[in-house]
Amino acid sequence: MKLSQSVFPMRVILMGYLLCALLCGTLTSQLYAQEIPADSLKLIHLNEVIVISASKQLDHQKQRKPLSTLDEFLESSLSVNMVKRGAYAWEPTMNDMASERLAVTIDGMQIFGACTDKMDPITSYVDVSNLSEAQIGSGQQGAAFGNTIGGGINLKLDKSNFKPTGWTSSLESAYESNNKMRVFGGELNYSDEKFYLNTDAIYRKAYNYYAGGDKEVLFSQFEKYNFSINSGYKLAEDKSISATLIYDEANDVGYPALTMDVSLARAVIGSVSFNQDTLLGNFTNWESKLYYNNIKHTMDDTKRPDVLIHMDMPGWSETAGFYSQLNFNKEKNHFFFKLDGFYNKSYAEMTMYPTNSNEPLMFMLTWPDVRTKDVGFYAEDHISFEKSSLKLSTRLAYHSNTVADDFGLNSLKIFYPEMDKTNTRFLKSFSAQYHKMLNDFHLNGGLSYGERAPSVSEGYGFYLFNSFDNHDYIGDPDLNTESSADANISVIYKKPTFEITAGANYFHIFNYIIGVVDNSLSTMTIGADGVKIYTNLDYAQLFNASLSGRYNISNAFKLSANVSYHRGVDNESENLPLISPLSYTSALDFYKNQYSASLSVDGAGEQINYNPAYGETKTAAYATLSASFGKRFFINKNDLFVKTGIENILDTNYSSYTDWNNIPRMGRNLYLTISYSIN
Amino acid sequence: MKTLKYIFAILILSISFVSCSDDDNDTPVEVSPVEGLNKIYEFSEADHSVEIYSEKTGLEVGYNEVSIRIKDMASNKYVTNAAPTWMPMMHMETMSHSAPHTMLSNSEESTVYKGYIVFQMASNGTEYWEVMLNYNLNGQAIEEAMAVSVAQPADGLNKTQVFTGSDNTRYILAYVNPKDPKVAINDLQAVLYKMETMMSFPVVENFKITVDPRMPGMGNHTSPNNQDLIYNAATKIYNGKLSLTMTGYWKINLKLMNESGEVLKGEDVTELNPESSLYFEIEF
Repeated sequence: MKLSQSVFPMRVILMGYLLCALLCGTLTSQLYAQEIPADSLKLIHLNEVIVISASKQLDHQKQRKPLSTLDEFLESSLSVNMVKRGAYAWEPTMNDMASERLAVTIDGMQIFGACTDKMDPITSYVDVSNLSEAQIGSGQQGAAFGNTIGGGINLKLDKSNFKPTGWTSSLESAYESNNKMRVFGGELNYSDEKFYLNTDAIYRKAYNYYAGGDKEVLFSQFEKYNFSINSGYKLAEDKSISATLIYDEANDVGYPALTMDVSLARAVIGSVSFNQDTLLGNFTNWESKLYYNNIKHTMDDTKRPDVLIHMDMPGWSETAGFYSQLNFNKEKNHFFFKLDGFYNKSYAEMTMYPTNSNEPLMFMLTWPDVRTKDVGFYAEDHISFEKSSLKLSTRLAYHSNTVADDFGLNSLKIFYPEMDKTNTRFLKSFSAQYHKMLNDFHLNGGLSYGERAPSVSEGYGFYLFNSFDNHDYIGDPDLNTESSADANISVIYKKPTFEITAGANYFHIFNYIIGVVDNSLSTMTIGADGVKIYTNLDYAQLFNASLSGRYNISNAFKLSANVSYHRGVDNESENLPLISPLSYTSALDFYKNQYSASLSVDGAGEQINYNPAYGETKTAAYATLSASFGKRFFINKNDLFVKTGIENILDTNYSSYTDWNNIPRMGRNLYLTISYSIN
Repeated sequence: MKTLKYIFAILILSISFVSCSDDDNDTPVEVSPVEGLNKIYEFSEADHSVEIYSEKTGLEVGYNEVSIRIKDMASNKYVTNAAPTWMPMMHMETMSHSAPHTMLSNSEESTVYKGYIVFQMASNGTEYWEVMLNYNLNGQAIEEAMAVSVAQPADGLNKTQVFTGSDNTRYILAYVNPKDPKVAINDLQAVLYKMETMMSFPVVENFKITVDPRMPGMGNHTSPNNQDLIYNAATKIYNGKLSLTMTGYWKINLKLMNESGEVLKGEDVTELNPESSLYFEIEF
């Protein structure tokens, strides 16, 4: 059985290789000298791009807190919120929807966390040292990355891409006072027109943090390191191959909001790609990639006091996949085509050690070796008119889940005696997005429809304990496909010195999947309040609106502000969980003569719309104040950048709606970042 | 490298599959009718011998499937017309009694006489079990008293209940299946007898036994989709369904009800009452 588990992805990879080789062999003979067209990604028309790269010094200065965790970077986005179970591995949400409703990819690669309790969102397996930017597409604008309801996030890896920079390197270090976090990072790069090699490493070690009022949050420590290598080689003027390898390991990660910690979260992520500027004359930017990643995640309760039943809960997730994409321009039409596929296997088990050591161990499969196959085709056409543009896009995918482990299949059959081993779906997505310019106004509006398959937990989870609502969860393999019809509109008023954006979107989600209490079932976890079964609600409605503005007071001073409103209800007008209350941010940034400074306020109103049935309590209003100051020095040809700041200046003790079980957030925190780059 | 290894492994596997099927086609193997059973006793006489087989390595308190073969030394063949009958007897210091048992039948295999006995108690130094076996051999009626030893199950788990119901009748309830429990919905089987006299243990028909498996080591939780034990007139065995959601120690709480639904033994499991007085135990 173990053998066949690993064989399939290998076979997929092999076949992919063969196909690639064939295509390369037959098509490369037709070479056309042509200018490299605009970056294909620009055609995706993302709602937001967050610049992360630490290697681009200019961007560095604009970041309020370089070397912060990727989670903090994403949190700084207007469209992403992070659900926090501790200081590490926050879970991104968009439009008030979390992992299962989003397509989150790393450089286009599908990766799935190995933890049944969502303690390892895939964003936790990369670090800022690897990344150049996070590309964010709301709703079906994220469908290029995969099947989604809420949107897509692609974390783009940082590569030199044959820029003639020669050898460059940098060293970076940071310290944060609150949790005594130390960060050490470095990178060494070589790049010329034929070849590039990027290497980087980063290490972070943090101890327990203190919430406002100097209250220690126990089990909030973490330690992590990350290495990555990127390399590319030009085979010919218009052809190149590249490869990527990332190794990420976190140990001793505390999750104060949960009953267990993590002793190991490890990812190995690798890919090889083939890039060709043109194909058959008319197609451009042909990029094909094969990838594989392997994640192991081990929960650990041995350091917790008062553990009634000690448990081992390891999980594994392995994914192999490919994509091949290209552009095609014809007059006003800019086409983008992408064929992608992946094969994932998710396996997780739980072993409980009875108090009476004479009794045998209690064992169950919490993820019964679910094999997910997905092959999709994405196409978009961006049509430019005089003062407007229209983007049409579609994704069609074949998606199947198979329970490969008989032990797991029989376990689920206790609940669903008639269930099939395999479940197959056809997933569709369509979207139309229109943009019009009227003098200083930009109008955007769009309508779309998308579908997603249930996640492994929703379909096949077996007694997954959720500490948020204190229930055991059981998946339902016969869940219907969830689908969403959504509409979005935004108006931007743009003047040289200021810009105001007002936007709103509405999602009507059919067959909305959420846990519903089944009173006939008995709780497995000691102390749990009940058992919930993942169920399709008839529908749910989500509404998000935001207003943001930017004002350039002078060349040096910039003022920005954003306020957003969110609402989510189910078919009985009950509140959905984890929906943001009214929230706002405002910042004043200064940048002149290599000096930079900022002062910012973040806050949220009282959470009026919450739902105790999902374990929510009313979260109080809060506001925090932060400031930063930076200076860039030139030493010979090299570059020294120092940035310091203070977060939560008033040491407010608060928690937001995203804080799992309302664990309080970090109190006052001073940080210092030093980076030195040798050019 | 790893890929190569897998490819080789597949090749080797596929070759072995091919060769297996060839073997099957060429030489059909004759399976012994007592294949997989343990010979626990052999009683040899001058002209014949009696062999006793069990799935277990010895007789135990509770339900025992027993297979008997009688070998005629003259022909060196197992006889098919012995028409044996049996009667288990417990000899205690002051009295003797029998045990619930079926008739012996060779309908499945003509040379193997099968039946089962439910032993209520273990034998010890002063109290012992005997199986009286009557059979025909070459036209002669033979009676043989075979002393057997009956042990408590080695795992120490309770799978046999001897009790007096609220109707003042003495009952014997014994667990039959699953012998090898799985994390799944298992087919649950049990036999129910009542003690009419010391020597007469008729099958109790058409009662009902409710099934509530619990895991005392994990908050005493139960599982869904269990089915009560219902009498099957053809097999004379009670059949139900037992859902086990994980491995470990399970206590299967039972409640015996007669035809009119009156509870004769056992209680519902509630927060205050963690277990029934009528139960089986399993571990796996």
